[in-house]
Amino acid sequence: MSDNPNNWPLWEIFIQSKRGLEHKHVGSLHAADAQMAIENARDVYTRRQEGQSIWVVPAGAISSSQPDDAAMLFDPADDKTYRHPTFYTMPEGAKYI
Amino acid sequence: MSHQDALFTYTLRLADDLLILSHRLSEWCGHGPILEEDIALTNRALDHIGEARNLYTYVGQVEGKGRDEDDLAYLRNERQFLNTKLVEQPNGDYAHTIVRSLLFDAYHLPLAEALTKSTDAQLAAIAAKAVKEAQYHVKHSSDWLIRFCDGTEESHRRAQEALDNLWTYTGDLFVMDEVHQQLLKAGIAPDLTKIKAAFDATVDKVLAEATLKRPTDGFMATGGRQGKHSEHLGFILAEMQYLQRAYPGAEW
Amino acid sequence: MTDVQNLEERFQAKIDAEQKIEPKDWMPEKYRKTLIRQISQHAHSEVVGMLPEGNWITRAPNLRRKAILLAKVQDEAGHGLYLYSACETLGVSREQTIDDLLSGKAKYSSIFNYPTLTWADIGAIGWLVDGAAIMNQVMLCRTSYGPYARAMVRICKEESFHQRQGYEIMAVLAKGTPEQKEMAQDALNRWWWPSLMMFGPTDANSPHSAESMKWKIKRQSNDELRQTFIDRTVQQAEVIGLTIPDPKLKWNEATQHYEWGEIDWTEFNNVVAGNGPCNKERLAARNKAHAEGAWVREAALAHAAKKAKKEKVAA
Repeated sequence: MSDNPNNWPLWEIFIQSKRGLEHKHVGSLHAADAQMAIENARDVYTRRQEGQSIWVVPAGAISSSQPDDAAMLFDPADDKTYRHPTFYTMPEGAKYI
Repeated sequence: MSHQDALFTYTLRLADDLLILSHRLSEWCGHGPILEEDIALTNRALDHIGEARNLYTYVGQVEGKGRDEDDLAYLRNERQFLNTKLVEQPNGDYAHTIVRSLLFDAYHLPLAEALTKSTDAQLAAIAAKAVKEAQYHVKHSSDWLIRFCDGTEESHRRAQEALDNLWTYTGDLFVMDEVHQQLLKAGIAPDLTKIKAAFDATVDKVLAEATLKRPTDGFMATGGRQGKHSEHLGFILAEMQYLQRAYPGAEW
Repeated sequence: MTDVQNLEERFQAKIDAEQKIEPKDWMPEKYRKTLIRQISQHAHSEVVGMLPEGNWITRAPNLRRKAILLAKVQDEAGHGLYLYSACETLGVSREQTIDDLLSGKAKYSSIFNYPTLTWADIGAIGWLVDGAAIMNQVMLCRTSYGPYARAMVRICKEESFHQRQGYEIMAVLAKGTPEQKEMAQDALNRWWWPSLMMFGPTDANSPHSAESMKWKIKRQSNDELRQTFIDRTVQQAEVIGLTIPDPKLKWNEATQHYEWGEIDWTEFNNVVAGNGPCNKERLAARNKAHAEGAWVREAALAHAAKKAKKEKVAA
């Protein structure tokens, strides 16, 4: 994508909105290095108190699954409903379970 | 000088620095070197304008004549503005903007830190909020200066030029006249020789990492604190105050 | 059935099932091209749109307005950035996209080729231009391309204060001195028709519309959006005592919509073709900023490379 060496590389930005929550992908931006990416992310993505921690990852470092593989990767989980608590019948009257 | 007059003048000096610097930084909005940096600069301008507004409101209270932040910002003339000459200098190239910011930030951070201990509760409260912002400002401007100096031959040259051009305006930052002495004794204003030491430490550290030559403290173009400005300020005010002057008394 | 036909059918089935298309999904080349054109134009509009409003930052009439306007124009930079990023997911770098803007090849919203002559224009832009833009943007939050939709959700959230601050400016002027009211009315007179033009050509003359609707890039037609905008805005003008500059404007009880006059499409085409009042100035300003920023961007990159090398040696 931004393979022209004269351009600032692209970074993917992950923001943690509150302590204890996960870092979520919010978007991307350009920066010359990681430090600048963090600072730019602060200015671009946390102007409205959206965050308290920032991760930045070079966009090129992210590998992704292929949409065509989605069926093979994800459908096999569909019929394993016994992984969910609602699968089980609990005896009437049992508490705290 | 009465205590009230001294406090009025001192607080105005603090406020005017921030307003005029934010005005200069806001001139970049829409014209920055890259979108990300455009946004970063505007954030700085907004920090400064926020602090200035708090200070002006307090100036009005100290004066007790019912002037609000806008009366103070928009209805004083060139000789009544008490900012340093440093902050009114034109943006120039991006190196000038960054160096001007760094020189101000290196003063503003220790100043804000010291003011949190001021015996004036209002100034201390305003400063407490500014400290965090100022920490980030120092980081932003020193990171950029180091980038310039380490970057390319051109950026290094531009940074050194900017530093050489702007150094003479740092004198204003540390002027301790009668007004200042009076408030220093009252524990309201900090000792500027201490702020200068902190300023020197920050600047020397950044310049060392940036391999820039620190200009000698020769002639200092002071006068801003007495309202004796460079010619630039008049144009800033003409632009900034035009609507308030053209439509006296109107609400906006 | 050929493979492409098959793929196209599956693609359309996804769209019809209201599933978002993501960057790695197969998509018709024309869908990709349409998106690149639309998203990049949208991004350029945000960035060029900073200029007419930016004009007044240093002249804002009080400190509150100055801070608001700064924050608003800053948001536009952010929105441009989000949209350029969305465009990058389609395989075009920001640099390429911006080069097309700077060379004059790419288009942006013609509204920004009109000048901001008085302070009231800042009110009119927020109220009318952002008001018109938001109609489009709310629709685009549900657009079929995932990264575009996500950018629009973020943008809409941030834009919500933009129209309000503009309307507030107009309201204050309208109940100010007679001179101020005149200033507000004059701004409304100048910005009303260009704002209506923002929705684009009539449906009958809109070349890309049908396909964009089928692909759910767009979900409402130009004329529908324009009518809703008029219906809402007329009421808002009445509340603050300003007059919409359209003698043919009339409420139709039967349709529950306003009837209105005719857009000057010759003017529209002229401005699109580059002959608006400020086309040259806008492009010149963008080119200047880009050119003068070149050494800054280069320096940052050179420093990053040196630093990375040093860290490698140290490790």
